[in-house]
Order: sequence, then C-alpha cells, then structure tokens
Amino acid sequence: MAKVVALVDRDARDTHDGTVPRSAYALLTLARRFGEPVAAVGGAGPLDQAAIDTLGRYGATEIWCPAEMSEPAGSTDLLQHLAARLAPAAILIPATPGGQETAARLAVRLDSGIITDAIDVLPGPDGGPVAIQRCLAGSYLVESTVIRGVPIITVRPEAAAPEPHPHPVTPAVCFAEVEPSPTPSPEIVATPKPAAGRPALDDADIVVAGGRGIGSRAAFAVLAEVADVLGAAVAGSHTAAELGWVPREAHIGLTGKTVQPGLYIACGVSGSVRHRAGMQGAKTVVAIGDDAAAPIFTMADLGVVGDAQAILPALLAELRARKAQLSARKAEDRKFR
Amino acid sequence: MKIVVLTKHVPQAVGEVSYADDLTVDRSAVRCRLQDGDEYAVEQALRIAARRLDVQVTALTMGPAGALAALRSALALGADEGVHVLDAALHGCDAPATSLVLAAACRRLGFDLVLCGTASADGAMAVIPAMLAERLGVPALCQCDRLRTDEDRIHARRDDGCVVEDLTATMPAVLSVTDRSGEPRYPRFEAIAEARHKLVRTWTLADLGVDAGRVGLAAAATAVHRVTRPDPRPATIPGTDPAAAAIRIADFLSERQFL
Ligand SMILES: Cc1cc2nc3c(=O)[nH]c(=O)nc-3n(C[C@H](O)[C@@H](O)[C@H](O)COP(=O)(O)OP(=O)(O)OC[C@H]3O[C@@H](n4cnc5c(N)ncnc54)[C@H](O)[C@@H]3O)c2cc1C
Ligand SMILES: Nc1ncnc2c1ncn2[C@@H]1O[C@H](COP(=O)(O)O)[C@@H](O)[C@H]1O
Repeated sequence: MAKVVALVDRDARDTHDGTVPRSAYALLTLARRFGEPVAAVGGAGPLDQAAIDTLGRYGATEIWCPAEMSEPAGSTDLLQHLAARLAPAAILIPATPGGQETAARLAVRLDSGIITDAIDVLPGPDGGPVAIQRCLAGSYLVESTVIRGVPIITVRPEAAAPEPHPHPVTPAVCFAEVEPSPTPSPEIVATPKPAAGRPALDDADIVVAGGRGIGSRAAFAVLAEVADVLGAAVAGSHTAAELGWVPREAHIGLTGKTVQPGLYIACGVSGSVRHRAGMQGAKTVVAIGDDAAAPIFTMADLGVVGDAQAILPALLAELRARKAQLSARKAEDRKFR
Repeated sequence: MKIVVLTKHVPQAVGEVSYADDLTVDRSAVRCRLQDGDEYAVEQALRIAARRLDVQVTALTMGPAGALAALRSALALGADEGVHVLDAALHGCDAPATSLVLAAACRRLGFDLVLCGTASADGAMAVIPAMLAERLGVPALCQCDRLRTDEDRIHARRDDGCVVEDLTATMPAVLSVTDRSGEPRYPRFEAIAEARHKLVRTWTLADLGVDAGRVGLAAAATAVHRVTRPDPRPATIPGTDPAAAAIRIADFLSERQFL
C-alpha cells in the first residue's frame, strides 16, 4: 500500500497533548482512507514519547524527523526529501498560514499540482485522493484531483473528525538527512501573546459571534457568557468590531479573520457576503436574528427568527441548567464505577 | 528601489460568479475590479515611495484583456507604470503556472521588492506569494500587518492573534500584506484621468520567454471533475417565544454533541 504523508507542523500556538497539534489527528485520519499514514514532523525540538504514542494511536506507521544538522531544515525541505524517498500517494498539509506557505513552495519544487483548503479528501475510482473544496464564497462544492506530480493537498483541520485507529500501531521513528534549501528565509522572532481565558479564535471548536442586532454592549456581555458556558471563542461582525463590542482581531470576514469551527453561532448577524467569506468553513451554523430574509439563514443548519436580545438570556439559562445536569450525571457515574 | 505590485482583476461579487463549461470561473458574465487585498499592497508601495526618493512602482497583472482595468486603478492610486501579461494561452492557468508567468515578468522587470495581497478573492489559495518567492529564490514574508524598509532590508510584523512575529529579510524579497496594514487611499479625481496616460506595457508569453506548453488549462496540474451547488438548508424556526427557542437550540446542540 502506498504511503500518505501527513505534515505535523509544530509551533507554539496549536499544540494539544503537549507536542502534537490537533490538525495532525484529522490529517492522519484522512490519510488512512487511501494509504499507509506516515507523519512528517517539522518544527523545533525533539519529539517526546507521548507525542509518538499519540501519532501511533491515529495510525502513523512511521514518523520522520530531520536529523540534527548544522543548518536546520524546514518543513518544506523535509517534505521534499520524503517525496523523493517514499514516493507517497499524497502529501497532506494543514491549511494554516504556515502550511499554505509550505505547500506552495513544495508544489514549485516538486512541479506538482496543489489543492488548497480541502474540506474533505476521499479515495477516488483509482484509489488516489479526490479533494472537495468549498469555493466562491461557499456557494459551490468543487471536486478535483491532482494530475501531475505528488498530490499536495492542504486540508482544513476540521475536515475530518479525528478517529483513533482501531488497532493502534507503534510507529518507527526515522531520521532523514535533509538538505536545507539555499533559498534565504526571513529571520523570525516570535513573541507569544498572553493567553486569554477563552480559547483563541483560530483554535476554537465553537465560535459565538454577534453583530449589530445584539443592540448594546450590555447585551453583548450576555453573548460572551453563552460563549463561556460552551467553552467557545467570542467574535463579531465588522460592525460589532467598529462599535467596539469585540476587539478588531475578533472581526470575522473577508477583511478580518477566517475561522472554520465545528460550530458557529451567529447572533444578530445579517451575514453579508464579506462576513460569510470568513465563516463559510464552519461545519455547523446556528443563526439567531429577526430578519428572516437575512442571508445568514441560507447557510444555517438551524435558524431562529426572533429577537436575539430576548433569546440570548433564555439560552444562557437553558444551557446553564443542562450543564449542571450533565455534571451531576457525571458525578453519579463516578460513584458507581 | 524597484517595487513590483501584483494586482489581480477579480469578480466584484464573488457570490454571483458561476463556472463556465470548461469548469473555469466564468469571468465574462460578471463585473470585475482590482481586488481589495491588492489595494493594500499598492498602498504600502506608495507609503515606501513617500519616504525615499529612488522608488519606482510597477503594477503587474496577468489576466484577460479586461484586467487592464486593474492596472488603471493601481495607476490612479499612484503606481508609476503598468505591465499587463496577456496571452490567449494563459486561460485556465493553475497556481503553479500563474506563479511561473508572474515570476518571469518580475525577473524581466527587475525588483527589490514584490508586494501583493494575501489571497485572491476568487481563487483564495493564498499561495502565489510563496510560489513566486520560491521561483525567484528570494525570501517570502507572508501575511504581514506592518512593514518598513531601510537601506537594503525589510522589516515586517504579523500577528495571528496568538503570536506576534517580527520578520526581517534582506531584499530582494516578496511580501504579502493583510488588510490590517493600513487603509488604501482613494484616488483623486484628476488622478483617474492622468492614469490613462501612464505607460502600460503588454507582454505575451513569447516576450517573457515562457513556453506556452507549460501554462493554461491543458497544462494545469489539477483537474476539476465536478462542480455542484449544495442545496440551501432551510431549517428555520420562529423565535417569538424566547424560552421555546432556547430549548430548541439547546436540543440541537446536544444532538450534535456540542454540549
Ligand atoms: C475557486 C477556485 C479554486 C481554485 N483552486 C485551485 C487549486 O486548488 N489548485 C490550483 O492549482 N488551482 C486552483 N485554482 C485555479 C484553477 O485550478 C485553475 O486551473 C482553474 O481551472 C482555472 O482558473 P480560473 O477559472 O481562475 O481560470 P482563468 O480565468 O483562466 O484564470 C487563471 C489565471 O490566468 C489569468 N488569465 C486568464 N486568461 C488570461 C489571458 N488571456 N491573458 C493573461 N492572463 C490570463 C487570470 O487572470 C488568472 O490569474 C482555483 C481557482 C478558483 C477560481
Ligand atoms: N493573475 C494574477 N495577476 C496578478 N497578481 C496575482 C494574480 N494571481 C494572484 N496574484 C497575487 O497573488 C496574491 C495571492 O493570490 P492567490 O494565491 O491566488 O490567493 C493576490 O492577492 C495577488 O496580489
């Protein structure tokens, strides 16, 4: 069976379980559909045993890292090396800003086709990968394949629900003597921002967003409480940011942030094309607003036509009650175990 | 100092675009304009030009005849001259081919800095800047919020909400800007008229020495097999009773395992 390489791009912002980013689980889950999954680990520092075990749990049979060399090799260099060495059926890369850059460079070096921002990857009639993209402001689903070179596909991290492999494997850890590229790269000094109590917008599985329809800063505070009960990040439309209800970094849309959460709850947001451009990748959308004709409802899995200012407090109370029930039930379970 | 700014002509309302029979974007059916993201790149070029005397700003586009309008917009904003790569063989270029042609044009022009937007409004791949840098053998600084040049180096900052990165590279380099980099100016009315008299050169593939067999739909390394319009999913309920609406939403969230 041909190998499928999944890039595990480690950096400070996206690590989970210590050292492996969440996107790695999804990529390995997808890779298993059409080949033998192999993890290519870029980024700084040695891999610890916990990370190796995690990758094995998601089915990685091999883990490739660059060997210690005087010149550190980047992810692109590692993948270029593995493309030649393993002749994989595909290379899957997380669709993060860094991942897009890696994929772009790799496509040029390998003279391969590239498909970006896949929301799903399926085995095609010949067993090779078929990528599904949502294009043109989400209005079309496009199925395409790479027809030259090693298929390079950047994948939205939420494309597949991560499923551990039914038979976890013990991965072989391999070191590759990777030739660093002569192309100069910029010097980068990274400074992490202080962590907020809420999940970062980029990583959040749930995003609760408000727009002009929320009406006031006080009502926006209720929305933030709903977000806290759900463990969600808070965001806003362009207008909400202009009114100062959310910080500028939390403005979703063509001119702001793009998010692809599992769940997007839009409250008092009309859903202009520009706003939708920033959230069309959401798997599930719930919309609450008083204008049934607002475009946000065309993409809602559940739309509620009513006054967001009245519904949010009721929703907050309902969610708190259910959470309380859930934790009571869990406490019961523990007693009987 | 020579700055090349990439300017793409894209459909005005991406939501209205449809696909042609050959499964490429049907650009003839919709109105197009210089894309917003590239206006920010033009703006940064002009800000650099305002701070030093030796700057020449060239707007570059690759696109069908209508793409000239994107160049005219960039020239009205203040770019000095334009280059339009126009060749029937380019129809249907994929990203690697587009970057091949743009790289050839940049090389022919000569450059210290290539400025561009982060992502196209229509294709939205956000790969051209890095592909171009790779082909030109220069550093790429992608998705920058702020930038500053000194004699021969470029300094930039980007912020993804969790980490702030300060980037430094020696020019020549390719840099893409976000829309947080500074609001583009509006063209003065007279500037729009003046722009018509600025020099725009039209280059073909032959002018660039690019083999037509390496570009266009026939040479694309990806193939689109099917384009479908997903059904809208109308699942709308009235929310006149807030308590009932809250229960319905909470039910939905637990069905989908978000609670
Ligand atoms: C929504 C979307 C998603 C895409 N996804 C991918 C992807 O995942 N991978 C990938 O490699 N490519 C991708 N592309 C590009 C795609 O693969 C192309 O091959 C596609 O089939 C043709 O793109 P287009 O419809 O933009 O074609 P065109 O309209 O022909 O445009 C392609 C490029 O060529 C220029 N051009 C067109 N005609 C001329 C001319 N006469 N003279 C000069 N320049 C010209 C255009 O300005 C544009 O930059 C995507 C494009 C879109 C719109
Ligand atoms: N045909 C083109 N002509 C000029 N610039 C382009 C073209 N295609 C892409 N670009 C530039 O590359 C950036 C990123 O494009 P993309 O990778 O297509 O999302 C855009 O913001 C433009 O500045």
